[in-house]
Amino acid sequence: MSALPPYASPLQRTWYYSFRVICGLIFFFLIFPILVILPLSFNAQDFFTFTKEMLALNPAGYSFKHYQDFFTNPDWQQALTNSVMIAPVATLLATSFGTIAAVGLSQSHVPYKPAIMAVLISPMIVPLIISAAGMYFFYSRIGLQGTYWGVVLAHSALGTPFVIITVTATLVGFDRSLVRASASLGANPVTTFFKVQMPLIIPGVVSGALFAFITSFDEVVVVLFLGSAGQKTLPWQMFTGLREQISPTILAVASLMVAISIVLLTVLEMLRRRSERLRGLTPG
Amino acid sequence: MSDTTAGQVLTTKDGKPLKAALARALRREKLRSLALIAPLLIFVLLTFVAPIVDMLFRSVENGIVEETLPRTVAALRVWDPESAQVPDEAVFAALYGDLAVAVEEKKHTRLGSRLNYEESGISSLFRKTGRRVNRMDEAGPFKEQFLDADDKWGEVATWQVLRQFSPRYTDGYFLNAFDAQRTADGIQMKPEDERIYMLLFGRTLFLSIVITVSCLLLGYPIAFLLAALPLRSSNLLMILVLLPFWTSLLVRTSAWKVLLQQQGVINDFLVWTGLISDASRLVMINNQTGTIIAMTHILLPFMILPLYSVMKTISPTYVRAAKSLGANDWTAFWRVYFPQSVPGIGAGAVLVFILSIGYYITPELVGGTSGIFISNRIAYHISSSLNWGLAAALGTLLLVAVMVLFVVYDKIVGIDNVKLG
Repeated sequence: MSALPPYASPLQRTWYYSFRVICGLIFFFLIFPILVILPLSFNAQDFFTFTKEMLALNPAGYSFKHYQDFFTNPDWQQALTNSVMIAPVATLLATSFGTIAAVGLSQSHVPYKPAIMAVLISPMIVPLIISAAGMYFFYSRIGLQGTYWGVVLAHSALGTPFVIITVTATLVGFDRSLVRASASLGANPVTTFFKVQMPLIIPGVVSGALFAFITSFDEVVVVLFLGSAGQKTLPWQMFTGLREQISPTILAVASLMVAISIVLLTVLEMLRRRSERLRGLTPG
Repeated sequence: MSDTTAGQVLTTKDGKPLKAALARALRREKLRSLALIAPLLIFVLLTFVAPIVDMLFRSVENGIVEETLPRTVAALRVWDPESAQVPDEAVFAALYGDLAVAVEEKKHTRLGSRLNYEESGISSLFRKTGRRVNRMDEAGPFKEQFLDADDKWGEVATWQVLRQFSPRYTDGYFLNAFDAQRTADGIQMKPEDERIYMLLFGRTLFLSIVITVSCLLLGYPIAFLLAALPLRSSNLLMILVLLPFWTSLLVRTSAWKVLLQQQGVINDFLVWTGLISDASRLVMINNQTGTIIAMTHILLPFMILPLYSVMKTISPTYVRAAKSLGANDWTAFWRVYFPQSVPGIGAGAVLVFILSIGYYITPELVGGTSGIFISNRIAYHISSSLNWGLAAALGTLLLVAVMVLFVVYDKIVGIDNVKLG
């Protein structure tokens, strides 16, 4: 597939180019819906489609009014504040519990490992609607339903599997003799962890934290059931906006979120490269 | 370590047997790893597993009848539901005693709405009777007074429902979830036009299969291309796969809402090109088409990534060998390359299928009434109809389906091999 040989028959030539066209169309399908909302969010009208002025590239057809609405409307600002209050705390909880557990899981003799792993991964496997239903029933029994901490705890539980997976993946390439060397030089386990192990697994920890962050920041089903009006997050506000009074401000928010995902993607890619570079240096 | 000769037990320097010392070290290592895992394990058990178990429990729990009407339930034990006769005065007297307490604590309406799921009309019966109970003559006879309050107390069916749901645990919610009901002749399917849950489960399965197949059809060529291209260009194209993967679900759903609407971008474009007339704009949203298109787009990266990681490991020499042995392009692909990519297909397909059968947000927003899934019904029972028991039973069934699929996934991929990004 990589390159067309000079002796290729006309049929092979046709197939080669039509396959590329097909792939191009599928890539278009993947990326177009995300790109199309960017220009639409600058629409001067309250429409969800391109106006004549926009197509003629007339500046009058474009405006920042939907962005302005997002930054001035108290509903959206409250939602943004709530999201910013919930996601980092949930990320912190998930990352700290998850990293410690991943270090434990990567030891050579862990009893009942498959069972423990199944429990720890389960929040990722169980459909969100079932998690939401179960948490709603259970948290209302213990008085956490409709509270800030209820949402934070639920979101951190949902985020931990991602931390476990990314951190254990980085620990696979971790050279155990470094721990022994550090111990033989007199460091206690805590010092060893923070001075030797942590700097090497930090890419895995950060990408796990990013996954946990985006899980919480993007989560709508659980917060819809567990939260009360006081915990209305950005995705929740978007969800109600899409379902009831559809306003183009959603497109402005969506464009901002696309920008956030581009930043996240770049950071993750950089981390991956760094981790690969580091792993190239250590044997095994 | 001391010198060893045949027959002597190996010991460490301080004189302990080596075996015991090693076992002790191993035990300590095990304990240390467990101590590291314990905080998270307890955290997940409390915040996640306990709620799921609670939900399973709730799907069979039915304490409300016995809690609200303890004496009536006791009195009803001796009544024969097959007798076609309304219970005698003793039962009515017990009912009076129970209801007086329940009305005082305002619990009778909750019981009424609980039993209303099984037989419509009972909710109003309890509310109506609740208003009359305080004015009843405490000396009795109660049977006449209750019949006077509402004729329904004179119907055997009412009592049958009450007795049937008096045990602490019930299979009623599950029967309901299977569109069945308990009648006088045992368990029977509900009438044809009332069977909504099996229809919804069937539709959820069908749509998930359609979505999985379309993800496979679109994802296979992309993964193939990415695996075949040199690393530099494939990394660049990978961004086109990863950007949707990282973009918020709601952003993508709102994008599809914008595109597919009747006044949306796609319809406008088609009208502008003259392919369709302004009057015959396509209806692509709020129906199954909308759900299928949007969810295929959302889940496509979950198909491409596992396929890609498997295809990356297929050595190109096999295909070259097949060609040098005289196979044409198609034979070389179909007989040599494709069989090696099957594990990737399995992993991707099961993953997409697991994710899609539990989807809630996208069907809710673009599915209308014909494109919704069983999860939307679960959400409806939690927040609108408040029939939590039925929601729990439906959730349990869905959970069982996902667990079975997950075991399959574990067999194909292995739980430790899950990779992200």
